[in-house]
Amino acid sequence: MLEIKNLHVKLEEEDKQILKGMSLKIGEGEVHAIMGPNGSGKSTTSYVLSGRDGYEVTEGSATLNGEELLDMDPEDRAAAGLFLAFQYPVEIPGVGNMTFLRTAVNAQRKARGEDELSAAEFLKEVRAKAKTLKIDADMLKRPVNVGFSGGEKKRNEILQMAMLEPKMCILDETDSGLDVDAMRLVSDGVNALRDGKRSFLVITHYQRLLDYIKPDVVHIMSDGKIIKSGGPELALEVEHNGYADLLAEAE
Amino acid sequence: MARADLKQRKLDATTERLRDFAMPAGGKWAREAREAALLRLTGMGLPTKRDEYWRWTDPSSLISPDDRRAAVFDAGEPRPFTDIDALKIVFVDGVFDAEASDELAGENLEITRLAEATQADIHWASSVYGVLEERGQTPVERPLGALNTAFASDGICIRVSGVVTRPVNITYLHASETSDAVLHHVVKLEEGAALTLLENGPAAARFNKCIEVEIPDGAKFNHVRTQGRDHERRAVTHLYARLGSNAAFKSFTLTANGVLTRNEVVLELVGNDSMAHVAGAALGDGDFHHDDTVFITHDAERCESRQVFKKVLRNGATGVFQGKILVKKDAQKTDGYQISQSLLLDDDSQFLAKPELEIYADDVVCSHGSTTGAIDEQALYYMRSRGVPKTEAENLLTLSFLAEAIAEIEDEAIAADINDRLVAWLARRGHGKG
Ligand SMILES: Nc1ncnc2c1ncn2[C@@H]1O[C@H](COP(=O)(O)OP(=O)(O)O)[C@@H](O)[C@H]1O
Ligand SMILES: [Mg+2]
Repeated sequence: MLEIKNLHVKLEEEDKQILKGMSLKIGEGEVHAIMGPNGSGKSTTSYVLSGRDGYEVTEGSATLNGEELLDMDPEDRAAAGLFLAFQYPVEIPGVGNMTFLRTAVNAQRKARGEDELSAAEFLKEVRAKAKTLKIDADMLKRPVNVGFSGGEKKRNEILQMAMLEPKMCILDETDSGLDVDAMRLVSDGVNALRDGKRSFLVITHYQRLLDYIKPDVVHIMSDGKIIKSGGPELALEVEHNGYADLLAEAE
Repeated sequence: MARADLKQRKLDATTERLRDFAMPAGGKWAREAREAALLRLTGMGLPTKRDEYWRWTDPSSLISPDDRRAAVFDAGEPRPFTDIDALKIVFVDGVFDAEASDELAGENLEITRLAEATQADIHWASSVYGVLEERGQTPVERPLGALNTAFASDGICIRVSGVVTRPVNITYLHASETSDAVLHHVVKLEEGAALTLLENGPAAARFNKCIEVEIPDGAKFNHVRTQGRDHERRAVTHLYARLGSNAAFKSFTLTANGVLTRNEVVLELVGNDSMAHVAGAALGDGDFHHDDTVFITHDAERCESRQVFKKVLRNGATGVFQGKILVKKDAQKTDGYQISQSLLLDDDSQFLAKPELEIYADDVVCSHGSTTGAIDEQALYYMRSRGVPKTEAENLLTLSFLAEAIAEIEDEAIAADINDRLVAWLARRGHGKG
C-alpha cells in the first residue's frame, strides 16, 4: 500500500535537514503506529506525504500502490486515496463545513471518473456518519473548524475521513487534546473504517491511543528516521520506560 | 506653481473642454437647474489628479475628448436579472430604446423620461433634479456630478406613491466603440413608498451617470446593479440619497472588469431611526482600476449606516476605497460601520484605502476597518489535501471573502444571480480574460 524509501527531507527556506533516511512499508489492511519524541519528524513525514509546501525532498521516494506520491499535487494524492487527519486542523472562515465536505467528496469522485453525489445522497450519508461521531447539525453548518473545540476539530477530521473513504489514512496525534470519552468516539470512528483493506498509519506520542486502535506494527522514530520496529509490545515498552533506553540502544 | 495659478489653470482648462458640450434644450425648470449646475462646475473646475479626492484615480480619461474608445464585449451569457420579473427599461449607448423597453407605467408608479420631463416648464422632478447633487458638493466637491446635471441627455424620472414590489430594471447596452453617454435619473418616493431599482450593463464606451433618490419618512429604496463585463469601458457614477425618518436605503454594486470605474455614493441621513447600507464587490483582472468613494452624513438620531466593500484583484489591477462617515453634533446614538477589504491574488495588484471617521456627537458607536490580504496558504493546502483542486479551493476562499458584501443583497433570487456571476467570473479566470 504505502512504501516510504530512504526519505531525506530538508526545509526549503533553511538549511535544516529534518528527515534523514525514513523508511516504512505498510501493507493492505495493516495498521502501523509511529511513536517518537517531540521533534523527531513525525508530523513532517505526514506533511511531506500529503504535499505541503515548504519542504524539499533531497533523496528517496514514497509510493502509494506503486504510484510515486511526491511528484503529485496534494489534490491528486487525495484522489489517489491518501488522507491525513491533521494534528492541527485548519480553520477556514466563510466556507461552510458541509459545502467544503461536499466539494471535496465530489472533486475526488470526479478525479476518479466517478459520478458526483447528488445533494440528497450526500446529505443522507453525511448525516448518518456525523451522528455516530456525535457531530450535530450546527457543526455541519458552521465554517470549517471555526470556533470548534479541540475535540470537535478532531471528530471533524474523522468525519471527513469517513466521507472520503481513503485507502491510506494517516492520523497525526489525533489523540492530543482529547479526553477519554472523545478518544473512544474518535477511535470507534477509526475502527469502523477498518475493513481489512484500508491501511492506517497512526502517529502518536503516547501509548494510550493504541489501546483503542490496535496496531499490527509499531515504529519508533527519532531524529528523522525509524530506529526500531516491532509489535504492539514495543508501545508498552515506551509507556513503561520512556524513549531514553530505546534511543541509547540505537546510538 | 502657486495655488491661485493652479486653480486658474484648472478653470481655463474647464472652459476649454466645455466648448465641446452642448446643453440640451428644455423648459424653464430644466434650464434653470442645468445653468445652476454649469455655474457650480465652472466655479470648481473639472477634477485633476492634483485634487485630494482624485489622488488615487486619474480623472483625465473620464473627461478628455479622446480616450473614450472601448471595444464592445459579448459576454455570451444572459444579462443579469433576466429571470427576475421586472419593468424593463433599455438604453443603448445612452439612447432610450422604446422598442426594447416596457411601457413606462405601473401601479404606484409614475415614470417619465428625463428628455420629456425637461421639455415642460414645470415638473415634479425639479424638486430632486440637481438638488441632491448640489447638496453633495459640500464639504467635498464632485464636479463630475455637476457636469452630469448640466449636460445629461436623458434618464428616467420615477415617482413612487406606494409600495412597488415589481422592480424597475434599467439595462444599459453598449453597441458603439466610441459612445459617450451622460444619463441622470431621479427617484422620488412618497412617504411609506418602496421601490427596488436594478441596473445592469456597461452603458457605453464612457458613461457618466447620476441617480438622485429622495427617501422621505417610512420609505424604502433598494438598489442592485452590475456594471457590465466590457473590459475597456469607463464609468463615473454618482448615487445620491437623502433619507427622512424611519427610512431605508440599500445599495449593492457588482463590478467585474472595466478599465476605469469611479462609483461615488453620497448619503445624507436627516431623519431619525433610519438605515443606509451600501455595499460592493469588485473583481478586477489586469487593466482594471476601481474606485469606491463614499460619503455618509449622519444628521439625525439613532440612524444606522453600513459600508461593506470587497475587491478581488489580480494581474496588476488596482482598487481604491475612500469612505467617510461624518456624524454631526446632534446625531446621537449613531451606529456606523465601515469595512473595506481587498484580496490580492498576486503581487502585482494593489489596494489603496482611506477610511475616515469624523464625529462631533458624543454618544455614538462607529467602527471602521480596512485590510489587504492574500489567499490563506494554510487553508488552501488543507482544502487541497482533501482533494479539492487548487483553483476550486481558491475560488471557494474568494467567494467566502466576498460573502459579507453579497449578504447585503436583500432579495434571495437577486443574490443568487449575483453569486452565479461571481462563480462564473472566477471559473473563467485563468482561461483568458474574465
Ligand atoms: N516549517 C518549519 N520551520 C522550522 N522548523 C521546522 C519546520 N517544520 C518542522 N521543523 C522542525 O523539524 C523537526 C521535526 O518537527 P515535526 O515533524 O513537527 O516533529 P514531531 O511531529 O515528531 O514532533 C523539529 O525540530 C521542528 O522544529
Ligand atoms: Mg507532530
